[in-house]
Amino acid sequence: MITAPDLRTRAETEASRLPPLLAWAEQLAGTVLLGEHGRRRAGLGDDFWQYRPVQPGDSLRLIDWRRSARSDMQFVRQREWQVAQSVLLWVDQSASMRFASDNKLGPKSDTARVLALALSILLIRAGERVGLMGQELPPRRGEGQILRLADAISHTSDEDFGTPETRAMLPHARALFVSDFMGNIDDVEASLLKAADRGVSGVLLQVLDPTEESFPFQGRTVFESMGARVQHETRKASDLREKYIERLSERRDRLRDMCRVTGWQFNSHLTSSPHQAALLWLYRAMEQR
Amino acid sequence: MWFGLPLGFTTPWMLLALVALPVLWIVLRAIPPAPITRRFPGVALLLGLQDDDAVSDRTPWWLLVMRSLLIGAAIVGLAGPILNPNTNDDVEGDLLIVVDGSWAAAPNWPDQIDMIKAELEQAGRDDRAVALVNLSAPEPVRFQDSRLWVSGLAGLVPQAWQPNAGDIQDLISGLPDSAFQTLWMSDDLAYEGRMRLLHALQDHGTVRVVQPDQSALAIASVAFDNGVVQLMVRRAIRDNATHAPTQGAVVEAHGLDPSGAKGVLARVPVTFSAGSDTTTVDLVVPAELRARITHFEIATQPSAAAIHLIDDRLRRREVALISGREDREGLQLLSPLHYLRQALEPNADVIEGGLADVLPANPDVIVLADVAGLSEAQTVEVLQWVEQGGLLLRFAGPKLAASGFNRASEDPLMPVRLRSGGRSIGGAMSWGAPKELAPFDAESPFFGLTIPKDVRVRAQVVAQPDPALASRVIAALTDGTPLVTRKTQGNGHIVLFHVTANAEWSGLPLSGLFVQMLDRLAVLSSADRAAPNDLEGTTWQPVQVLDGFGELKDGKTLSGVAGPALISDILGPNLRPGLYRDGTRLLARNVLRPDEVLKRVAWPADVQVQGVQVTPVKDLSGVFLALALVLMAVDVVASLLVSGRFWGPRVAVILLALMTLPQMTEAQDTRAIQDTREVVLGHVLTGDRAVDDVAHAGLKGLSETLFFRTSVEPAEPAGVDLERDEIAFYPLLYWPIRQGQPIPSQEAYAKLNAYLRSGGMILFDTRDADIASSGAASANGRKLQRLAAPLDIPPLAPMPKDHVITRTFYLLQDFPGRYVAKDIWVEAPPQDAERIDGMPFRNLNDGVTPVVIGGNDWASAWAIDGRGNAMFPIGRGRAGDRQRELALRFGVNLVMHVLTGNYKSDQVHVPALLDRLGQ
Repeated sequence: MITAPDLRTRAETEASRLPPLLAWAEQLAGTVLLGEHGRRRAGLGDDFWQYRPVQPGDSLRLIDWRRSARSDMQFVRQREWQVAQSVLLWVDQSASMRFASDNKLGPKSDTARVLALALSILLIRAGERVGLMGQELPPRRGEGQILRLADAISHTSDEDFGTPETRAMLPHARALFVSDFMGNIDDVEASLLKAADRGVSGVLLQVLDPTEESFPFQGRTVFESMGARVQHETRKASDLREKYIERLSERRDRLRDMCRVTGWQFNSHLTSSPHQAALLWLYRAMEQR
Repeated sequence: MWFGLPLGFTTPWMLLALVALPVLWIVLRAIPPAPITRRFPGVALLLGLQDDDAVSDRTPWWLLVMRSLLIGAAIVGLAGPILNPNTNDDVEGDLLIVVDGSWAAAPNWPDQIDMIKAELEQAGRDDRAVALVNLSAPEPVRFQDSRLWVSGLAGLVPQAWQPNAGDIQDLISGLPDSAFQTLWMSDDLAYEGRMRLLHALQDHGTVRVVQPDQSALAIASVAFDNGVVQLMVRRAIRDNATHAPTQGAVVEAHGLDPSGAKGVLARVPVTFSAGSDTTTVDLVVPAELRARITHFEIATQPSAAAIHLIDDRLRRREVALISGREDREGLQLLSPLHYLRQALEPNADVIEGGLADVLPANPDVIVLADVAGLSEAQTVEVLQWVEQGGLLLRFAGPKLAASGFNRASEDPLMPVRLRSGGRSIGGAMSWGAPKELAPFDAESPFFGLTIPKDVRVRAQVVAQPDPALASRVIAALTDGTPLVTRKTQGNGHIVLFHVTANAEWSGLPLSGLFVQMLDRLAVLSSADRAAPNDLEGTTWQPVQVLDGFGELKDGKTLSGVAGPALISDILGPNLRPGLYRDGTRLLARNVLRPDEVLKRVAWPADVQVQGVQVTPVKDLSGVFLALALVLMAVDVVASLLVSGRFWGPRVAVILLALMTLPQMTEAQDTRAIQDTREVVLGHVLTGDRAVDDVAHAGLKGLSETLFFRTSVEPAEPAGVDLERDEIAFYPLLYWPIRQGQPIPSQEAYAKLNAYLRSGGMILFDTRDADIASSGAASANGRKLQRLAAPLDIPPLAPMPKDHVITRTFYLLQDFPGRYVAKDIWVEAPPQDAERIDGMPFRNLNDGVTPVVIGGNDWASAWAIDGRGNAMFPIGRGRAGDRQRELALRFGVNLVMHVLTGNYKSDQVHVPALLDRLGQ
């Protein structure tokens, strides 16, 4: 279990390796605030967008005289419309995320939190507003939010498996769900559909421990969930390996399908693989429409 | 026999349990290993999955084999497997084991006991009742369970005598009527009644005889002739049989070496020629060595008869002659010792010299001819010697008569008080004629000696009348004045001849009576003191007796023995071989009398005779049970492996610890080698890192200084943990005192005391001279008192101005460290140390002071850091540098003092020595 300051330090380290992420901002009303993200259309903003010929109705004040002087026409200088995006995070805090097959790797929750926070830092540096799903921490901008986020996602819950939080979802925001998605898949589907209804799209990141993917067990074993609420006994664990892997890939396929339907993106990340790669992928995924 | 192997079982029916093994196999196969519980979030994906094959998790076959072996080994072990079981086919009735148990059995007694034990165990397996009889210490025959005999077997020991005919007759009449077989553990020596017993036993059943193949050896007699000790050694032989020559036996002369330790003084091989039963061995030893022999022993055959104890026979008495008047050379006939020397030399070893030289040789007799009082110290020493059994023989003379000694009160070394002056009779100025000797009293040791008519006494010293006088007179003149008086002192005597030892005062020394009197006083050893007629009416108390193995045991609890019986009776429980004492006389009774012959037994042809040989009946149940245990241990590991629980972190830690363990001890050895190769200064670890670091840096600074300035080249100093480390390697231990320092354990103090006694030095530093003068005034001072209380420290005194530390390398007046207090304490100089004329120094302690105590925090003054710079500021400016220099000089002097002792102290005497040599 890592502490909040420690978590922040590590997240900063991870974040420093990427250029500030410019999230692609979709069209949005209601939450419109000027930000650094051009909307690829003319509007209010600081950055130059294009020159266009003067049309009737343009006030003379808008004419860019320097450009107009180079030709016979008169041009108006347009700026890109920049808005800030709201990004909502949900990081699974259930007991199953605390699993670690090896002390060196650390629990899955660490990986999930670091990645989520790293992304938050990048987004906040880029001027986005980042918050948590639900009512706990609404999206805000500014460095202070990083601290609040780090604190908020360090909470733990006693539930065996986590269910994505969908309350108080801002319409048309971006979302990031980080979990192992080992719990009830129907809940996940319901959440995604609800998000799609609200026009929220985003990223599902599945964080798994290497043993959860390879299932290296053998002999007579009683498997139980982290909260010991679910048990399964087998006489020969090695025989279950193939079936388990099959079920795992089925579940991934289902998640991927759901994402495709709802316009989300899905990826799976092992705690043993480098977090940089996962963050890179998250960066790209958040950038894409 | 089982499957052709020499194997038997005590409880063979246990083997039936082996039938259960296949059942066990099936059961073990059916029971899967216990499940292991794992936390695993992926369990959600497993729910509802079925195991393919219910049998696939069976115990692996090799584990099954191992467990079957385990059970099998346990069953076989419990069945009591025995290697080489004794299989006697002709077992009938009970078993009687007869043991001769005399000294001749002692050399191979352990084998006999082993064999008896094997027979008893075999009888137990055959379910026979057993009776065990030791003929040398017989008890009535009693048949009982063999295990009872086994438990009492340790108490069965050989006796120092042979079976007694009377006892054997009692035994024969007490034999039960039932039939029994007999095993006779014989020692192969013939004695009266053996054949009778054999016939009686043969009436009840078969008799097997077990006896050693070796013939018994014994020392028959020891004689002293012409300076050669002659030993007669006998061996047991059989009538009408050829006997090969024997070799290899060795006779050893045992005695006390000059330091008083027991040891072998001489060794001589013994060889028997073919057929003979006696051989004589000559042993040539110097008289001095001979006198110290306590017994002879045949080393190769330890038994009571192989020991020959020596009483006073062999010894020539050592007589020390000391006279008080040695200043007149050449007047041999007038010498007070001349007649004594003449009388003593043929029969005794005479030593002459000063009393101080003579006493350490521990002579039997010291003769003081005309010696007045001795010094106080000598009196004490002589008195001690007398009380240990010495005979102090004094003669009067002009000096004794003239001195005032022993007049007012009785000197402890004089039997009576003397009147001053003495008297002379029959001289020109006196009335009476020279006196003759009166006949001796019956109580007198001289009783029976004839007095020559021509012995006259012309002058003598006179005893002061005294209540005790009458009992002390053992010879008197015809007018009743005492001539010889005697007093008992401890175990010894003090005898005074009231005349001179030369012919000056009387004719006594010229007569044969003088020699006889000396003889009666046991000044001389008598030729044959054990003559039976001499022993009539005496009772002898055993002092030390021999047991069957020939070991001397205390005999003081045994009852006394009449003199003639001691010489002639047959040995038995009431007369044991050993040393006997009557008064001052010592007599040895040995096992073999000089004329006694050893005969081996001629067994009849119908008796089965075998040698002592123990068939190694070996109980294998332990081996099998141990195998079962080992397999069980392996099974634990294997089970863990199978269930995947073996490589836990704990196992790894234990394995790692096991691997690192030997390296730690190795490290300690390396350190010992390193610290002994060079001079290494040590400091005691106080447990406070800061203090210890300063101490280390200080000693490092001092070591550097020594390296640069002197021929002492110390290595890196060592921190010493008193509890763990050996401290003997370090010439100097620096011990900074700290409040919270733990008090060392008893073992550590024992180590420290040994260190101090063997020349080590501890420099105690209370490090508080800036705030307190040394003593109990400061907290550190009190702590030092508590730390040093159990130490073996001599009286201390402030360091005197002329102490050798002030000049071992540098000339120093004071000994600053970081502080400049003056009071440094060292071992106090002796009371009587005085300055020798012309010497600037007194000669103080003859050795190194074991402790130096102060509070100047020397380590801080010496301390250097890694770059060689001083670690702590000292004083101010130039004065500070000077103070540091002096501190270093003190350190150098201290180390020099430890390493060279009082060498410098001696050097200052060189001018005086040269002066005395006249150069």
